[in-house]
Amino acid sequence: MNKGILGALRLIGLVLLQVLILNHIRIGGYINPYVYPLFILLLPFSIPGWLLLLAGFSTGLLVDFFMATPGLHAGATLFLAFMRPSVIRLVTGTREPENASLPNLSTMGGRWFFAYSITLISLHHLFLFVCESFSLLQLGSTLLRVILSIPVSEVLILMLVYLFKPSRK
Amino acid sequence: MINLLRFLHKHHFVLLFLLLEAFAVFMLTKSSNYHRSVVVNTTNDFAGEIFSIGDNITSYFSLKQANEKLAAENAALRNKIAYLSILEDTIASNKPDTIYHYLAARVVSNTINRRNNYIILNKGSADGVKPDMGIVSPNGIAGMVIGVSKHYSTAMSLLHKYATVSVRFKNNDQLANLSWYGGDYHYATIEQIPTHILLKQGDTVVTSGHSFIFPEGIMVGTIEEAYVTDGGDMNTARILLSTDFNRLKDVYIIENQQRMELDSLTKMHTNE
Repeated sequence: MNKGILGALRLIGLVLLQVLILNHIRIGGYINPYVYPLFILLLPFSIPGWLLLLAGFSTGLLVDFFMATPGLHAGATLFLAFMRPSVIRLVTGTREPENASLPNLSTMGGRWFFAYSITLISLHHLFLFVCESFSLLQLGSTLLRVILSIPVSEVLILMLVYLFKPSRK
Repeated sequence: MINLLRFLHKHHFVLLFLLLEAFAVFMLTKSSNYHRSVVVNTTNDFAGEIFSIGDNITSYFSLKQANEKLAAENAALRNKIAYLSILEDTIASNKPDTIYHYLAARVVSNTINRRNNYIILNKGSADGVKPDMGIVSPNGIAGMVIGVSKHYSTAMSLLHKYATVSVRFKNNDQLANLSWYGGDYHYATIEQIPTHILLKQGDTVVTSGHSFIFPEGIMVGTIEEAYVTDGGDMNTARILLSTDFNRLKDVYIIENQQRMELDSLTKMHTNE
């Protein structure tokens, strides 16, 4: 299938999963899993920087559109997109990956993908929850939400990636 | 000039990031400081339709509970009619006008786990919904409308940073302000209660009617616990909210039909 269409379907699927199902998950009032950043995680390595940033910003804005939170998810996902090249360099070990074009499970392996995704998801959640509460007074409860939500998001993301793992040709 | 272009080219990644982030923060702060701004009015029919599809599917699973709840409410209202019809004759001579008008609506989307929660309802400007109308559930208050589109409206939940409600302790008529400070959606907080006001666990808290958004005497919750703060001068009370925000489905939008009149009076007062 055309890569562009596949990407668009992935984006629509993730945003719908987020706003129709995951936003209704309520565990103790502290856990809010977010899986839509997976779209940015799975963009090809070779994507130009400006396009990566624009993709992050507009993906977040699309989620904001459904949640009446203008700028909140746009800012957080933009931050994730901004950090992505640095995190790729960090987890790959100072060089760009040579033998793969896509940062997914089958090309890069489970351990690599786990390190890559949990680092970026943590940065995204930290940015998101701090901006959401917009106050240092509730820093304790904000950090608790960050710490509790990261593992849930990460597990869901790994499940999705395993579920839609492309078969090796 | 060439150097400037070279600089822009070299650092375009960081610069574009800063530019877009500034834009995001601008949108965010604008909506925080002034939540009725145009930007927050992302109330739109498209998002409403998407949520409606989700609601149409999930509502089947709770039909039985919804029916039971409505039946119970019907019974309570019938009892009230029976009781009021006895009184009707005696007060018929000086019957007041009905100020508040109720409109039934359905929650198509609702959150409880964020710091600022919003409720989306399936009634909009075509049904006469306007910003600043109150939302109540059968059990108590739930929020207020902040944005409307043609067929849907967005409401700020009581579980929101800017949702402060003027309330009254039912047994001693003392006024207070109720807010929600995040965390557990079952509990809200009343601060700054003078210590001479006796607070007992289980005391009822109702709306004061001073905000013109909610009629007087609508259930808000009950006192769960009270403790002394601010060096012993003031009490703080933890309130168990009577509305179960996790199960908010069928609600009423309340229109104050004398709102314009009251607002113009208040405006006259503040202009002096």
